[in-house]
Amino acid sequence: MHIPDGYLSPQTAIPFVALMVPVWGAAIKKVQLNLKKKEVPVLAIGAAFSFTIMMFNLPIPGGSSAHAVGAVLLAILLGPWSACIGVSVALIIQALIFGDGGIISVGANCFNMAVVMPWVGYGIYKLIRGRSDALSTRAIVAAFIAGYVGLNAAAFVTALEFGSQYHLFQAADGTPLYFPYSIKVAVLAMMSEHMLLAGPVEGLTTALGAWFVAKNYPALMTERLLGRIKPDELGVDHHV
Amino acid sequence: MFKDFKKLWMALGMFIVLCPLGLIATGTAFGEWGTDQLPEEVGFIPAGLARFADFWSRSPLPDYGIPGWGENFAQSAGGYILSALVGVVLVVVLISLFNKIIKD
Repeated sequence: MHIPDGYLSPQTAIPFVALMVPVWGAAIKKVQLNLKKKEVPVLAIGAAFSFTIMMFNLPIPGGSSAHAVGAVLLAILLGPWSACIGVSVALIIQALIFGDGGIISVGANCFNMAVVMPWVGYGIYKLIRGRSDALSTRAIVAAFIAGYVGLNAAAFVTALEFGSQYHLFQAADGTPLYFPYSIKVAVLAMMSEHMLLAGPVEGLTTALGAWFVAKNYPALMTERLLGRIKPDELGVDHHV
Repeated sequence: MFKDFKKLWMALGMFIVLCPLGLIATGTAFGEWGTDQLPEEVGFIPAGLARFADFWSRSPLPDYGIPGWGENFAQSAGGYILSALVGVVLVVVLISLFNKIIKD
């Protein structure tokens, strides 16, 4: 899902960078205000976990590969603004040091995996979990579905960014200038891979991670999500 | 930074050690083909793509490997684990900067 440089036109990629700059600014401010000092290690571990889980490539029949991202787990634990920062840091390092994902396209990649994915996943998790206990079956199922849908939402917007290039940017002779396949092909390829394989893996990782944290560090999963502490006592707005 | 959440740090360490499992999938992800793979995958290299594909070519550990260390699985796995370690250290250092700006 890491779009390399060259697959998006500069006219597409650069506006995403311009969009991400204020989002990162707002996210840094939100995290500075809402995250407690003792939770900084959790954000660091979560971001590092996201970095590492993206290295677990899953073989896709037909010779392709895909991977989970870990953005929804981070959003469940610390809220979507924290997830946005954590995953963005992982993606920027992946682009600069490891050549995974482009530099011009880093804005689009962060939008897909550090904005769309954590916010969609977080919304679904909260909706399904309701006020049930963090270790209840309902909460664990909520985490699975949130991870599954979050990753697929990111794959879908990635496919739209890819495929739109084919229709918008062609040379005089009609050959595509950037991403070479239509929206239909891009959506079918991205969605089949992520709905059938990477999505279930993301769901399992999210559910297991949420269970592991809830079991070992119950405070992390309760204070923020269930509002047992009034928002104004913490000076937080519960990340929404 | 490291005195709390020991179980989470240990789980992270386990993922770093196990990451060479990700090398079993050798295929390139959809839409991430390098310019060397495009003629075979797509049939041609789109002109605009060719212009920007090498915009950034200074990655010290390209594709999570040490350049030249790709002879066998052991070398790739070593480079992969080292890459995971480098990435994790950088991520943790950057995120820990929040310690300086969070007042509580």
